[in-house]
Amino acid sequence: MVSFTLNSKRVTVEADPSTPLLWVVRDHVGLTGTKYGCGAGLCGACTVHLDGVAVRACQTQASSVEGRTVVTIEGLAENASHPLQKAWIAEQVPQCGYCQSGQIMKAAELLKSNPRPSRAQIVEHMDGNICRCGTYNRIIAAIQRASREA
Amino acid sequence: MTMIDTNISRRSVLAGLSGMTFCLALGTDGARLVSDAEANTLANAHITPWVRIAPDGTITIYTAGAEMGQGSMTSLPLIVSEEMDADWSKVVLEWAPADEKVYGYKNPFADNRLMWIVGSRAVQLYYPDLRMAGAQVRKVLLMNAAQKWGVDAGSLKTEPSVVINPANGTRLSYGEIATFGTIPATLPAVDPKELKARKDFRLIGKPMPRRDVPAKVNGTAQYAIDVKLPGMVYASTLHSPVHSAGPGIWDPGKQEQHAEPEKWNDAEVKALKGVIDVVKLSNGLAVVADHFETTKAGRDALKVTWKKAKADGYNSDRALDDYVRIHADPNAQTQTLEAKGDVKAAFAGAAKTYHAEFRSDYGYHAQMEPLNAVVRISEDGRSAEVWEGSQAPDESRKAVAKALGLANEQVTFNQCYLGGGFGRRSLGDYAAECATIAKAVNRPVKLIWTREEDIAQGMFRPQSFQCLEAATDASGKVTGWKHCVVGDGEFLLITGIKIPYYGVPNQHIERRGVSHGVKLKHWRAVGHVFNTFAIESLVDQMAVDQGIDPIAFRIERMGLVPKGRKVFEKVAEMSDWNAKRPDGRALGISITERSGSLGAGVVEISLDRASGKIRVHKVWVAVDGGVIVQPESARHNVESAIIYGLSSILHERVSIKDGAVEQSNFHDY
Repeated sequence: MVSFTLNSKRVTVEADPSTPLLWVVRDHVGLTGTKYGCGAGLCGACTVHLDGVAVRACQTQASSVEGRTVVTIEGLAENASHPLQKAWIAEQVPQCGYCQSGQIMKAAELLKSNPRPSRAQIVEHMDGNICRCGTYNRIIAAIQRASREA
Repeated sequence: MTMIDTNISRRSVLAGLSGMTFCLALGTDGARLVSDAEANTLANAHITPWVRIAPDGTITIYTAGAEMGQGSMTSLPLIVSEEMDADWSKVVLEWAPADEKVYGYKNPFADNRLMWIVGSRAVQLYYPDLRMAGAQVRKVLLMNAAQKWGVDAGSLKTEPSVVINPANGTRLSYGEIATFGTIPATLPAVDPKELKARKDFRLIGKPMPRRDVPAKVNGTAQYAIDVKLPGMVYASTLHSPVHSAGPGIWDPGKQEQHAEPEKWNDAEVKALKGVIDVVKLSNGLAVVADHFETTKAGRDALKVTWKKAKADGYNSDRALDDYVRIHADPNAQTQTLEAKGDVKAAFAGAAKTYHAEFRSDYGYHAQMEPLNAVVRISEDGRSAEVWEGSQAPDESRKAVAKALGLANEQVTFNQCYLGGGFGRRSLGDYAAECATIAKAVNRPVKLIWTREEDIAQGMFRPQSFQCLEAATDASGKVTGWKHCVVGDGEFLLITGIKIPYYGVPNQHIERRGVSHGVKLKHWRAVGHVFNTFAIESLVDQMAVDQGIDPIAFRIERMGLVPKGRKVFEKVAEMSDWNAKRPDGRALGISITERSGSLGAGVVEISLDRASGKIRVHKVWVAVDGGVIVQPESARHNVESAIIYGLSSILHERVSIKDGAVEQSNFHDY
């Protein structure tokens, strides 16, 4: 049994403490915006915020989030109104879209600590979030747009 | 974005509708629109709704464009909307049912219809039928308005979702017409001359936002991996690490190709927490459990002895050496792909000859969403539903029906977004596997392949060895061309090997095949990747040798066709081809053709000579793709192909040792 705050709501889940947070969020709670890509912390598709820090949910055990705060793509902003989400639409970033929840969560972490990142800082921060459709250039453009328009 | 619900039968749609429904039916002349009246007389499964207009003006259009990021989910209904003059803001989309006889395009290679969204051809192949369908709907709307007003339909015109009488300015919206309109028993014929002229397009060729994008930034886009059903359990499979495929594309239907599990720690795995069953498949084992994490733990705990597989002992590096020997063997079996002019004479009389050899690796799709499917079988076992992100819903439905011993019509296919396709998701193999498991455990099942399984059971772009030779005359013109590709994969090896954009008079192009048992598949156009690299590399070598600009060489000495010349001129302009580059940088250029589109690209790179590492600084691509329905999507696709191609050539490699794939996840692929 694990209790934590998920997208501003207190949740209690009957899951083994060793269960990866990814499956707790996706299957036990039912929020499927966070994706399974590799299960090994290699691709970033499962990126969520744990107490404001971007973590790989597939490498985060349920027991380690006890009493803490988790935010997923569904809870990033009301009605998908986060400047990054708007910029993502304006730049038409997603193609297959599967990695994009993770990309946006990773980018949101950057803008929180650095509202005006340089291109090099964006590239450095986002390195490790894989997009097989190759939307990297548009991801950079969208982060720059969100930074300008936020 | 409208969430798409395909759990609607035609009957319930018709029963619940007020408004007009246009149906697509199979006639002797192929798919066409039929009216409700006619449709009702055709009481068989080949009739389903295509376009319907509600009295509030909402126009629902079925889309057959499996969406994996390439945008055809939006492009296809946009074509219908263009010809019916629909207000695009009032159009909602629903996935077309998986019935290729009704919703398929005409297969250019055989006398049937297909829903396969493959080969970069979806828009091209659906374009004629969808334009006609839209035009017919518009004609019916005009006829109804004309009747109401007592005027000649030919005197009326349309604006988006409105019929207008120019004589007096009166207007009727499509929604209003739907409240009183009737559909003639036989829909009006449309002469191709009546279709819109390109200059009149309002939607085609304009920057239109893709319909799937908003759902992809807020986590609501539904992939098959997100589907959850009451009572559903999870499954994950372990297949023989050694493949056992026949030649060509892997055919899951050929049982004799499978490497069966012989012995495994059944009791041990079944005793694990949450594990419900271990199901034996013809080519592997499936662990079924209450959650994915328990399923995966069970799968990872399996210890299996496998029966003999075709690829036992196979080593991909050694095979490449064998390919060289096969190429040198005058008795090797050969398939001639192109024989033009007199190649022997061209080489015998050549002023100079050139020779180049290349090797290419296996390529893995590595789509972000590991393969998965959900299947539910009805209690009486006489029908089933499948949820999958499929490039070929019709194939998936067929595969599931076959696995369950049902007729195709007894299987309902629910399309989902695809977390990447790249050619892998068109067989329905994992959906059929999920159906087999669901039948064995008698419960709805979600099957998820782990990433490790996804790569170990990859269906790869085949590796190849290539030998090319060219002959030039005294003026430096290329007069003879020989290209031999050696490898596994039959026709997968040969796409992109012909050079219709060059006018070399004497050509001999051939394939020499082997079969290793490794599963192979299309991989983003597949053969173009290695064939184009080899062809264009040899052309560049000749240009350098002759001291001529590579573009000029292609035009003057390779007999480049005018369309090819244009794409080179465009890309030269885009890249400022003749401008001086920073020290240490160099440009490369090439051309390729795919499904009727011609593209030329320029890259600016630098090379670290110590490490041999290439860094790509800039890429420019010019594509002549004919009528572009969605220019933004086309641009995205080209950008995507650039990154995918660069990543493949600079970073990716699948190798096989002792029959098994050596790579296991993103860190080593």
